Amino acid sequence: MSTSISTNSMNSSNQTVSPGVSPGLWALAWRRLRADKIAMLAMSVVAAFLVVLVLSASGLIASDWEQEIAMSYAPPGFIGADAVKTEAIKAEAPPPENPLDPLADVLRELRKTPGNQQSPSVNEYGVPDPLATEMKEIYSELAKKGKAVVAERVPTLPFGADKWGHDIIKKTIKGAETSIVVGLVAAFLATLLGTLFGAISGYFGGRVDDLFNWFYSIFTSIPYLLLILSVAAVLQQKGVTTIILILAFTGWTGPFRLIRAEYMKHKNREYVWAADAIGASHFRKMFIHIFPNVSHVALVQVSILVVGFIKSEVILSFLGFGVPVGVVSWGSMLNEAQNELILGKWWQLVAATAAMAVLVTAFSLFTDALRDALDPKLK
Amino acid sequence: MTAYILRRLWQMAPTMLGVILLVFFLFNWVGGDPAYILAGKMSNAAQIANIRTQLGIDQPYYVQLGIFIKQIVTFNFGTSWSTGEAISSIITTRLGPSLTVLVPLTILETLFAIALALGIAFKRGSLTDRSVMVACTVGMSISILVYIIVGQYFFAYKLGLFPVQGWGNSFAENLFKYSALPILIGLAVSVAPSLRLFRTFVLDEVNQDYVRTARAKGVSESRIKWVHVLRNASIPIITHVMSNLPALLVGSFLIERFFSIPGIGREVIAAVDSSDFPLIKAVTVYVAAATMLFNLLADLLYQAVDPRVQLK
Repeated sequence: MSTSISTNSMNSSNQTVSPGVSPGLWALAWRRLRADKIAMLAMSVVAAFLVVLVLSASGLIASDWEQEIAMSYAPPGFIGADAVKTEAIKAEAPPPENPLDPLADVLRELRKTPGNQQSPSVNEYGVPDPLATEMKEIYSELAKKGKAVVAERVPTLPFGADKWGHDIIKKTIKGAETSIVVGLVAAFLATLLGTLFGAISGYFGGRVDDLFNWFYSIFTSIPYLLLILSVAAVLQQKGVTTIILILAFTGWTGPFRLIRAEYMKHKNREYVWAADAIGASHFRKMFIHIFPNVSHVALVQVSILVVGFIKSEVILSFLGFGVPVGVVSWGSMLNEAQNELILGKWWQLVAATAAMAVLVTAFSLFTDALRDALDPKLK
Repeated sequence: MTAYILRRLWQMAPTMLGVILLVFFLFNWVGGDPAYILAGKMSNAAQIANIRTQLGIDQPYYVQLGIFIKQIVTFNFGTSWSTGEAISSIITTRLGPSLTVLVPLTILETLFAIALALGIAFKRGSLTDRSVMVACTVGMSISILVYIIVGQYFFAYKLGLFPVQGWGNSFAENLFKYSALPILIGLAVSVAPSLRLFRTFVLDEVNQDYVRTARAKGVSESRIKWVHVLRNASIPIITHVMSNLPALLVGSFLIERFFSIPGIGREVIAAVDSSDFPLIKAVTVYVAAATMLFNLLADLLYQAVDPRVQLK
């Protein structure tokens, strides 16, 4: 970006740097990043998502997303409530208990008429239903619970509702929490693994290097998605932790290759020899002396992986190998939206897609800018 | 040349062995005892013991590994756990539909991406270049799922231009009727990342001396693009296309699943769903082998494209 470079030089001449102290890598990178308007915009979008994530994780917002507050498929507020449908329901059975429960009327009848213990337990074939009393108890429990919600069911929500009447906005926030947490934690773990392996491999060289390269060639010769699916098939258990482990286990190869190359370059620099001369241990040289000098590579790798992992998580959850039932993520939302679209209920699809597209675009732009800022030679 | 190919094949042996070990470790060790999956919910100890003997998993691990390697070499993985169909027949019959979608998709995608990359890289920094790049970034940020869901809904269900899903019996019908929309959607998804990548490859070449020389001697701009620059930029492009081919075979599983195309990818998804381990093992090992072979093929192609490349 030619514009950012010219503003850079202007900026650095304006900045007052105390004599004798030259700005470090991070200060310089921050200065370059701040001069890049697109990067700052992207960063603030990412930051906004993270704030929402923190608020949602701490239960301050969207903690009640599972409450069925609206009618099934309540349309977004800007369209207006589906007038015809609401009228129809009101005329049919006021008040609607649960529009999805075909037994609602029967249940109410049962609960209204006391002392009819015998009649429902014999069905139309004259066979007594052995579970009649238990079922009736369960149904009446459910009906009681349902009744509390019934009164509040609204015909429309700011961005509509899903099949169960969940608020789409809250659901999207909750889905964002799952998807972003998976992306961030998995990317961090994968980079940690890759950095550790890359450091050992690049620093020691020789046989150790051969061993890790062997691992690397094995993992890269199996296509990424196939590897993920194989691990998912083997683990047989759904859960956020499982997805994170799958992604981290399969995603370490990218950071490994770059970090290994950096360590091979750095291990023969003078400052490492100097550290050697004062008797620093291998571990100390690797992680106290060399690592700070290559950490920018790791940082860029984390942010590249976050984008990829969020996309992978969405696909995995969509296929049903990701988040368990009861946990919402963008992938599981898209899975529901797929069938809703045919019914003409587009809002869940749009909400999940838009949220993901905005985050991923912002994150990708930020990653590009970060890479340019941290490594101006690389173009 | 022959010596080179033989040496490369020999160098693949340890990696291949590693892949086999990794798959074996995953499915025979981490995966636990498949007898319980196979026996179903109503099972007794005798049934489970019987299944264990049939599968050979009551043997020590090194014997099991031997069985696995023998299966790979003889292309005989036994039968699928869920359908009973022979694994070898599943793979051979599902390969055709997958390739019917993939080969046209790859060819079209590569041509489109190269043409666009050559077009915009020569106007670097212009409004066209920047807007195409922004469009690519935004386009890549939308999940592939959304492209498929919306594309299928809009073009097939609403407009009725294509069949919503299905597969026919004749090749022409499959290619032009049933594969058309999957290929179009695949194209929409895959052009953006390829274009971004190819653009950087072309950008590495546009400021080289030979381009200036060609211009100075009056070579037409289109000849510079399509002959001089393209030939030099083609090495990284070949690497990218070749190394992605086997991955595409599986990577298109979403398209195959949505459009009910009886291909390898859809079979893999079904296998993961039903814990059909033999099929996943077979596909993983063979796709890994294919990836390595295609990388070798890419290296051989380099020399055809660029005589400066020495194969050693």
